[in-house]
Amino acid sequence: MIRVRDVTHRYDKQVVLDEVGLTLPVGQLTSIVGANGAGKSTLLSVISRLIRPEQGTVFIDDLDVGTAGADAISKRLAVLRQDNRITARLSVIDLVRFGRFPYSKGRLTPEDHVVVEEALDYLDLQLFRDRYLDQLSGGQRQRAYIAMILAQDTDYILLDEPLNNLDMKHASSMMTLLRRAADELGKTIVLVLHDINFASCFSDHIVAMRDGKVVVQGTPAEIMQRETLREVFDMDIHVQDLHGMRLGIFWTTGAPVGPGPVVAAPADASGAELGTVSRA
Amino acid sequence: MTLLQSRSDRATRAAANLEHSSPEERRRRRRVRLILTVLGLACLLAAVAYLTYDVRGSWDYAMDLRTRQVGSLLVVGAAVGASSLVFQTIAGSRILTPSVMGFDALYLLVQTIIVFFFGSATFLMMGVAERFLINAGALVVFGMLLFRWLFGRNSRNLLVLVLVGIVIGSLFNSLTSLASRVLSPNDFLTLQDVMFATFNTVDGDLLWIVAVVCVVGLLALVPLLRYLDVVDLGYDSAIALGLPYHRVVTLTLAVVTLLVAVSTALVGPMLFLGLIVANLARQVVPSHRHTDLVLGSVFVGILATVGGQFVVGHLMDNATTLSVVVNLVGGIYFILLLMRTVRL
Repeated sequence: MIRVRDVTHRYDKQVVLDEVGLTLPVGQLTSIVGANGAGKSTLLSVISRLIRPEQGTVFIDDLDVGTAGADAISKRLAVLRQDNRITARLSVIDLVRFGRFPYSKGRLTPEDHVVVEEALDYLDLQLFRDRYLDQLSGGQRQRAYIAMILAQDTDYILLDEPLNNLDMKHASSMMTLLRRAADELGKTIVLVLHDINFASCFSDHIVAMRDGKVVVQGTPAEIMQRETLREVFDMDIHVQDLHGMRLGIFWTTGAPVGPGPVVAAPADASGAELGTVSRA
Repeated sequence: MTLLQSRSDRATRAAANLEHSSPEERRRRRRVRLILTVLGLACLLAAVAYLTYDVRGSWDYAMDLRTRQVGSLLVVGAAVGASSLVFQTIAGSRILTPSVMGFDALYLLVQTIIVFFFGSATFLMMGVAERFLINAGALVVFGMLLFRWLFGRNSRNLLVLVLVGIVIGSLFNSLTSLASRVLSPNDFLTLQDVMFATFNTVDGDLLWIVAVVCVVGLLALVPLLRYLDVVDLGYDSAIALGLPYHRVVTLTLAVVTLLVAVSTALVGPMLFLGLIVANLARQVVPSHRHTDLVLGSVFVGILATVGGQFVVGHLMDNATTLSVVVNLVGGIYFILLLMRTVRL
């Protein structure tokens, strides 16, 4: 379990985290959503000890992140930030092997090699194992990083905007993969996401932040409400239920576009509406 | 753990490494080894050529002089190569080297201040070795303080670091020249002597002590190398993988300052040598492992100093000096690097 207690952090004088208290459930996929500058990434960095907060403590199970050895935490929690600009000339296999560093400090044992192979298989990267990172597409590179994280073999995985720079296809397959890791491998996964619909469709739990505070948290069904979203994003977002998935139509404020609300209109009429829009 | 156990441990690891590497990987490993071997042989060849080229007159005299010269060239090449490469890694940038950040200017300043406060009499009474050790010790202390502070504050902003480095470098130079102006003429002469030693005249005693310090520094670097591989992934990833980041960086900086003291004591500041050597090494040695990279950089450094001095001293008859050539070539290279990496 990840427990965050009274965490406050400032950049210069700007408060980015304001007495955040939070408990994240085990074995689930949790998404943190919120507008830019709400403190999502900072919270993730604090939990993963990349930033030491001014006040407050974070516990991973029984480990205090602030005082426990770096070693102990890196065997329990893996984290991936958004911008990974590696200058070294690394191949995929080299990168994934770094995931074993907490255990073998760079001198891989036979067991380490087995774990690395498993991670490559899991992400379907065997074909690319000897490619250099700069020879990969954005989606493949992201997968290589995830493989490194999996090779680290931790119960907790924290990812900061893993869908950044991925197109629709890769973004959805990345989310499917993370969902699978949570279900099959029993990982506890925490993501910072920008797209509320990805959060709604794939998460067990959503944490919504605004101005350095956790505004509300709960299941996707609880969060994906017009009123709640207005409170979090300061936007009027129409929410539609589609076969049990709750989707926020955020592209157009107050959606939908066109004369008259779609909710009231029959289904074929909205199709006709779309047709006229695209022709126009 | 007994030696036997650790050896068998290593053997199983090596076997596993082999078993779990693809043919492509093994081909790459062989290529890296081949390149390093060729570089090593080239160094040997250059050293032998330097010793034996066109000896006229007394063989003994020439050997005595040239052995000392080659010795200091080797030490300088190795120290500059290793220190610049690992410094690039901890600075997280290919255009930052100890000289660019003003390390060797700091060495000269420390030396000047020592003469300034204690006078040349005490300075000369101390042996060459003691003088070097005091200088090097002072440099390590000041260097660590200064650069810890710098990296702590501005580690994210490369441009600021480059600017600060250049400003600090010229500040130290100005302070050095200010202090040397205030010195008595006697003290000044002493200082000139020790500050601008060249490859042609090398004090035997100094060479010995410096060589020992250089070897100690390089050996101290060995256990840090596999940690530096992780430092190269960037701060966030290194912390996430449980690397004791600050300890590794601090230890590496300590070794770097020591190695800078070594090369500066022997030949004075060579602003762009490290920059050329470390970047060439990274281009020539296709590996991310610091064991390979540092070894390659040491070899390239030796090739640059021994080969360069061979050309300047033997072929051009000392018409110019090595540092002038290095600064000319290195300066152009630095500008090219800056232009190519504007996005940094």
